Amino acid sequence: MKKFLPLIIFAILCFVPFVGLSTYVMHILILVLMWSVIGMAWNVLGGYTGQVSFGHAAFFGFGAYTGGILYQHLGISAWWGLPACVVILTALSLVIGYICLRLRGAYFALATLALGEVCRVAAENLVEFTQGNMGIMLRERTWVDKTWYFYVILIIAASTYMLIKLVMESKLGYYFVAIREDQDAAESLGINTTFYKTISLCLSGVLTGVAGAFYMNYMGYIDPATVFPLSEVSIAVVMVVMVGGAATFWGPIVGALIMVFLAEVIRSLPHIGAAHQTIFGIILILIIMFLPNGVVGDFGKLIKPFVGRRTSS
Amino acid sequence: MAQLELFLQTLISGFLLGGLYALIALGMALIMGVMRVINLAHGDFMMIAMYIAYWMFTLFGIDPYISVFIAAPALFLFGLFIQKYLLTPVMKVESILPHNQVILTVGLAMVFSNLATVLFTGNYRSTPVNYASSAWYLTDYWKNSPIELSLSMPWTISFIIAAIITVGLWIFLTKTDTGKSIRATSQDLDAALLMGVNVNWVRMVTLGIGLVLVACAGCLFLPIYYLYPALGKQFTNVGFVIAVIGGMGSTDGALIGGLILGIFESLTATYIGMGWAPAGRFAIFVAALVFLPGGVASIIKKWRLGK
Repeated sequence: MKKFLPLIIFAILCFVPFVGLSTYVMHILILVLMWSVIGMAWNVLGGYTGQVSFGHAAFFGFGAYTGGILYQHLGISAWWGLPACVVILTALSLVIGYICLRLRGAYFALATLALGEVCRVAAENLVEFTQGNMGIMLRERTWVDKTWYFYVILIIAASTYMLIKLVMESKLGYYFVAIREDQDAAESLGINTTFYKTISLCLSGVLTGVAGAFYMNYMGYIDPATVFPLSEVSIAVVMVVMVGGAATFWGPIVGALIMVFLAEVIRSLPHIGAAHQTIFGIILILIIMFLPNGVVGDFGKLIKPFVGRRTSS
Repeated sequence: MAQLELFLQTLISGFLLGGLYALIALGMALIMGVMRVINLAHGDFMMIAMYIAYWMFTLFGIDPYISVFIAAPALFLFGLFIQKYLLTPVMKVESILPHNQVILTVGLAMVFSNLATVLFTGNYRSTPVNYASSAWYLTDYWKNSPIELSLSMPWTISFIIAAIITVGLWIFLTKTDTGKSIRATSQDLDAALLMGVNVNWVRMVTLGIGLVLVACAGCLFLPIYYLYPALGKQFTNVGFVIAVIGGMGSTDGALIGGLILGIFESLTATYIGMGWAPAGRFAIFVAALVFLPGGVASIIKKWRLGK
């Protein structure tokens, strides 16, 4: 049963558009899927390899701008951004990896945070190339209906899930985990830690970039403040993974589901809506203090009060 | 000659800015050294101090420079509280992800900046002190000076107070017992524990002092800058960029790094453009990471060993 769970969920999701949900609900579902892609991508680097990044907005924004710039300057469909960003994001990840991966722990987090900000400032100031704060707008949309966007992001999410599962169950995955558990020990066992960290970063960056390119096509408008922000993308993805559970396959998906719905609910409440960042911050603090491995990772702990002793394994 | 004047003027204002930056970075470096935690809410604590000073000025007419004596103790207590009830418990939590404390400070930063927006609105505020636009001119003191330089009055006062606080910190760290325990903990945690240092208490005091420094910086910035709830992020960036330039957790490095960054930013703003000043900040950050991973501290160390 457990083995087929992903397939069953995928099949159910395939039929969701036929139920006749409202456009708003479809929009939320698309966002949930998109965030689970970004979350899974972050999880490769942050959860499995243990390199916490605060700069995933850089990858997300680069992916989005790849599509946008192809459309703006070459006049071809922004969907070409999806394949193009694989190449560009690999190159970007190599550069970022060269600069940042020599740092360890919290300093790596800082360096990625700074690079994310560099990307935002650059996108704001390279006006001829990125249109600066005016942003890039797609003047014609591929589909008006959300159904096809839903299927595109569903396929992206499913392939991401399979790819990550494949990688994590291969030798590569064990190397990643070894690096997270003890970098020096891994190095002394002959694992080229820098090389494997770079691979992890590339994988994570490319997947985030694909989500970014999809975002460009789906929303039809990007500007530096929406695709390169610190709190709405870089920190949000950390929260998605922390809430769901780092280093678990389902964590990012569950986290995305919780966070997107929570965000929508909180924002729609009168009076409290303005304080949604406060509530998210408090949730983040509570999660760190009481559920450090997220809803999925600490599932046993979470349901213990309800089912008694049986789950104490 | 006008070119030279502009250059010197930029250099001086960069130096003054750097003195204030150094104060922010010193707090960060202390916290980083003792706790191995990067305080990503550092700028937001500064924002809190600035709001305290702002309301003191608006409601009671207390000068922002006097508010140092109100904001600093307040943030000291706040720091003790946060270390005791949030950071220390998190240290003991078992989790897959390291750097829990860093992520915790991110959460704190989110709460502070958002609460400030809710409570005080996102408006830009400033304290209209009456000496805000007064300045000193070089020609007032030296009649036949070939070049004309001006020094803004509040900038100079802020810089001098920052220098006094820095000297005070230096005396505290080198002469008092608590200061020595802080330095010992930062050099070697286990050895400090074995020598009977109460590490948890030292951690609390360190966070308190780090916040006192940033609170002072906030009060000193208030007369020359404006205030808005999201301001913290910018100064957190400044703090950790300097910490990296200076060398992680090194107070000497933070001091020199602050001056370097101040001058560098001032030069970028004058010669390349205001919009690029933050990018210049990060360019020097990345350059420091790539070419000088140990920061200024490693140069100081080499120089000392050479002697």
